[in-house]
Amino acid sequence: MAELYDRYSSVVYAVALRVLGDTGAAEDVLQEVFMQLWRNPSAFDAARGSLGSWLAVITRNRAIDFLRKRRPETDIEDVVLSVAPDLAGEAERSRAAEKVRGVMGTMTPAQRSALEMAYWEGMSHSEIADKTGEPLGTIKTRIRTGLIALRKAFQT
Amino acid sequence: MNEHEQYAEDLALYAIDALRGEDRAKLDQHLATCAACRLELEQLRGDTAALALSATGPRPPQRARQRLLEAVGREPRAASSKVREARSWWGWLGWAATAAVIVFAASLWRENAALRQTLASAGSQAAESAREVDELRRIAAPILAPEAQRVTLVSAKAPPQPQGKAFYLRDRGSLVFLANNMPALPPQKAYELWLIPVSGAPIPAGVFRPDAHGSASVVNPPLPANTEAKTFAITVENEAGSAAPTTPVLMVGAGE
Repeated sequence: MAELYDRYSSVVYAVALRVLGDTGAAEDVLQEVFMQLWRNPSAFDAARGSLGSWLAVITRNRAIDFLRKRRPETDIEDVVLSVAPDLAGEAERSRAAEKVRGVMGTMTPAQRSALEMAYWEGMSHSEIADKTGEPLGTIKTRIRTGLIALRKAFQT
Repeated sequence: MNEHEQYAEDLALYAIDALRGEDRAKLDQHLATCAACRLELEQLRGDTAALALSATGPRPPQRARQRLLEAVGREPRAASSKVREARSWWGWLGWAATAAVIVFAASLWRENAALRQTLASAGSQAAESAREVDELRRIAAPILAPEAQRVTLVSAKAPPQPQGKAFYLRDRGSLVFLANNMPALPPQKAYELWLIPVSGAPIPAGVFRPDAHGSASVVNPPLPANTEAKTFAITVENEAGSAAPTTPVLMVGAGE
């Protein structure tokens, strides 16, 4: 566990901190995510993706639950992802972050903002629609096309 | 537009854990039967991973590492993971999966004597099998134990109807049958369960008398090997059982 922690704690902590903006809360989420992995290592399916990516997704979801003070809806065993790069190393992660920023930079401000509100603030599409005054369908489309744009960037 | 297009945008919301309530339940239902949408969900989650991994910031403080390792030390993995698995497993079990567990458990019970002999000489693998048997026995106990309280829920307006469920694994020759609300029988009479094969005459599959509450079960009656069942049926026979039905069929499998 110490080895896994040393390899992935910076990813997990960075994600939790980005969502929560509070070091104490980010530490709590970090602890919870690694304890879940310790309790149930089989929840991660190595055949379907990389551990770093999986932990990042789990962490983001838990941090949002924490932020929104809600009970987790998705069991970690049900979080399966594919074709995600394993970006445990600082250098790879920094390159990926740059790539993501590049893709976000090509989006319209409205699309970027919808994706960021949904992903980093955990806002529902209806909350985003209320805030921006745009139709629900438009927000849904923006979130989906934003994710697809990221996919394309990492496929090339 | 393909047939999954209507779910495409909800899938993206699902992937970022932002779909809630009725929309989520509806999509969960669809995902249970649609491999294409499950695959798309996995890919969308992969896309979100790129977004998550783009977060950068300071390393966690050293005390966080210490705190985690202390917590790990206090919590041995084997015991806790067992509990968690059992809970989530049950959460998933529908009737079909329950049936598979029961039938598998029952067939293991039948093999238990042989297994115990093997245990004496075989190493950790046999011990693991024995643990599985114990685990399956524990899981099946509330369903099969005679003292278990059984409650069948039916429409409040309908009178209780006799009801039976047969779980059959052909390749293991294992059969578990559970019945509720069975009417009491005169002395010297019993219900007899029949396996109706795809071709040929009905095969006796156990004789039973319901308890005071109308419940009964038949576990692993002797059956010819590898018999494909078209359905199951019940007749009333003499207590000792009969080789062939002698009275009209009272209950028959509706097929599921």
